[in-house]
Amino acid sequence: MKPNESKPSSGADPSENSGAFAGPDSTRYTKIQELVYELKVSDAMMRNIITTTPDTSMSELREILRANRISGTPVMEGGKMVGVISIEDFIMWLGSGKADCPIKEKMTTEVDTMYANEPLVHAIGKLDKTGYGRLPVIDRQSGKLIGIITKGDIIERLLHKLEIEYHEEEIHRYRASHIFEDIIGDKVALTFQSSVKGKDFSRAGEASSGLKKTLERLGIHPQIVRRAAIASYEAEINVVIYTDGGTITASVQPDKIRIDVNDTGPGISDVDKAMQPGYSTASEWVREMGFGAGMGLVNIKKCADKMELVSTVDKGTHLRIYIDINNTQEHSKAG
Amino acid sequence: MTKGLRNKMKLEQLKEILQAKVLCCGDHLDREIEMVCGSDLMSDVLAFIKADSLLLTGLTNPQVVRTAEMAEITAVCFVRGKQPHAETIKLAEARKMPLLTTGLSMFESCGRLYREGLHSCDETK
Repeated sequence: MKPNESKPSSGADPSENSGAFAGPDSTRYTKIQELVYELKVSDAMMRNIITTTPDTSMSELREILRANRISGTPVMEGGKMVGVISIEDFIMWLGSGKADCPIKEKMTTEVDTMYANEPLVHAIGKLDKTGYGRLPVIDRQSGKLIGIITKGDIIERLLHKLEIEYHEEEIHRYRASHIFEDIIGDKVALTFQSSVKGKDFSRAGEASSGLKKTLERLGIHPQIVRRAAIASYEAEINVVIYTDGGTITASVQPDKIRIDVNDTGPGISDVDKAMQPGYSTASEWVREMGFGAGMGLVNIKKCADKMELVSTVDKGTHLRIYIDINNTQEHSKAG
Repeated sequence: MTKGLRNKMKLEQLKEILQAKVLCCGDHLDREIEMVCGSDLMSDVLAFIKADSLLLTGLTNPQVVRTAEMAEITAVCFVRGKQPHAETIKLAEARKMPLLTTGLSMFESCGRLYREGLHSCDETK
């Protein structure tokens, strides 16, 4: 593999081919624009290629196009593509009233092609620029013809992709709202608890991992789940590092998640100080694990919409975190 | 020029660039990442990393995978040829999270990926 060929799309400058997709404000992109960069030609192309040979006659071509409901085919000879014949070529031949002849006399021999791993937007640009109805697709490594792409294929693929994403989002919302709709009560909350073992670093994170999974199953927005998981995980690490153990209790309500992290000691002597970024009393072994840099509580605060910390030395620490379920904006508080 | 558009990269390609070895979940190398975070401090990772990113780290304990799971990191690559504990690999396998290891240093790994158009997690989109 040559170095230049190992890279899909070879870092092509997307701005050069944006054509019809460049909006007035070039820093904002629509979903479709995102998709045409994200999807590759190979995602949209037809892999089932109908081909003809140079010696196929124009009258036979008519039947091939009609039977397969296609508007053109690559012309192959000895495993190599030697041209493309399209319905336009066929109509021109028909209009000229000339006698039947082999395809090779009417086909286009200088064929524009696409590589399978180019972004879809390049194919759109090329179809626009050349006015061709279809482009043969070549595998960059082997140089072989592996598909053919038309505007119709591109539109079909985009619509399909949009439908899938729309559908997934719908299911998310349906499930999230539904569980609470089905429960009758003036105040509804779903509560679940996990215990956390102190000083046992190998299992640290299990409780938060479970919490994350449960919130996902409840269909809560991924952004919210992520914030709850990070906050809970940092709190869990604190319980493991500093205490002999505790519990994490999550209470999911229709509009918010409340996470309580409780332990029975040793407590924080100066809560204000503990909240300062970089302040830590962690021992060396904790730092070696990648924690104990005095960022835990700061991170929790950043993820939470509201946080309460009450601690009594020798008695224990109670941390309460609220996360607003409807606040799906990217959190940048204190960032 | 291409502001607002982020370059994405499949793990397969990233593996080539970093000359990395796959430690587990090699069947998930078609996943794409958009951003990279290089850090040995897990709290920093939790604070700054974006979902769908790669974590480059010199730490090899299981908490790296836990951190990655919470922060929805796509894959982890260990630098300086570090070999993670068996438990780390086991946990990653259960989470279907690809782990890689590269002989390159942290600096060189970050540099190569940056040159290929990947971005840092704390840059605003």
